[in-house]
Amino acid sequence: MNEIPHISQNSRKIRQAARHAFPHTIPIFAGFWFLGITYGVYMNVSGFSVLYPLFMSLTIFGGSLEFVAVEMLLSAFAPVQTLVMALMIQARHLFYGIAMLDKFKGTDLKKIYLIFGMCDESFSINCSARIPEGVDQGWFMFFVTLFNHIYWVTGAALGGLLGSLISFDTEGLDFVMTAMFVVIFLEQWLKEKRHYTATIGIAASVVCLLFFGPDSFLIPTMAGILLLLTLFRTPIEKAGDMA
Amino acid sequence: MTLTQRIITIALCALGTMATRFLPFLLFSSRKPTPGYIQYLGKALPAAIFGMLVVYCLKNVSVLSGSHGLPELAAILVVVGLHLWKRQMLLSIAGGTICYMLLVQLIF
Repeated sequence: MNEIPHISQNSRKIRQAARHAFPHTIPIFAGFWFLGITYGVYMNVSGFSVLYPLFMSLTIFGGSLEFVAVEMLLSAFAPVQTLVMALMIQARHLFYGIAMLDKFKGTDLKKIYLIFGMCDESFSINCSARIPEGVDQGWFMFFVTLFNHIYWVTGAALGGLLGSLISFDTEGLDFVMTAMFVVIFLEQWLKEKRHYTATIGIAASVVCLLFFGPDSFLIPTMAGILLLLTLFRTPIEKAGDMA
Repeated sequence: MTLTQRIITIALCALGTMATRFLPFLLFSSRKPTPGYIQYLGKALPAAIFGMLVVYCLKNVSVLSGSHGLPELAAILVVVGLHLWKRQMLLSIAGGTICYMLLVQLIF
């Protein structure tokens, strides 16, 4: 009998976390349905059944790689090249993991799903959102990840089912992702006193983009950010310019 | 490609992704204290990462041709302006996106 109040308290905690998490994911819903449907349609017109976008969005859950994977599936079988491409396109997640080492502590079994589903968007919300006091952090981050995952999989499946039947008059909707990253970046900028780390991120990316071009600038950018953060550790720590 | 080869290709994409997501957590167990340098990186990285993601979103914008990146610039200014004014995340994102859609559909 003693179990009942405990269980209802626990389920209230979970529902409360879901309620608080949902509004944070609304922009992702717009962006993921747009991109997910586009991706599903692309697979459909490339001749794949809906099972492909469904399982790929479920297991890979990383937009840019999934688009590249369509081309891989259409070319000759090249397992080593596939793995190397996957590691290179997804390398930025290494940074996300380092940034979330502490935040994911104490989230018990949910941690496995939090790491599995840590795409750019889930990471960005979970890393930057100010979770209100009294709301369970672990469940909040769990629902952010789960909602995003659902948007992506349903979008991809819908696109795969309907294929070219869908016609878009939504040109420009993908900007919702850019807008979200701009807002999160701005929030981060306003938090800092001297803006060292934000400036390092922008400068390294722009310089590498100019030198290496849009398809291969991410890994040099990551190396540049690591180098600059290491070189300027003392002034950055002194300014307290950190999340 | 045979069905098996397709399944292997998809599995390798998933494996590559999961390797990059899980590796930091496997290297730095939550039971042992995280080295100071890694703790520092964990705190200093987010602002740099968000800067990188903004540039990543804009990587295919060409300043020299097409619309010269003007719709992107205008929409980002709207996002920043709205956000500094109201500090409402959803409003800033929606306002900037609607502005961008109007610009690329009607003007550029």
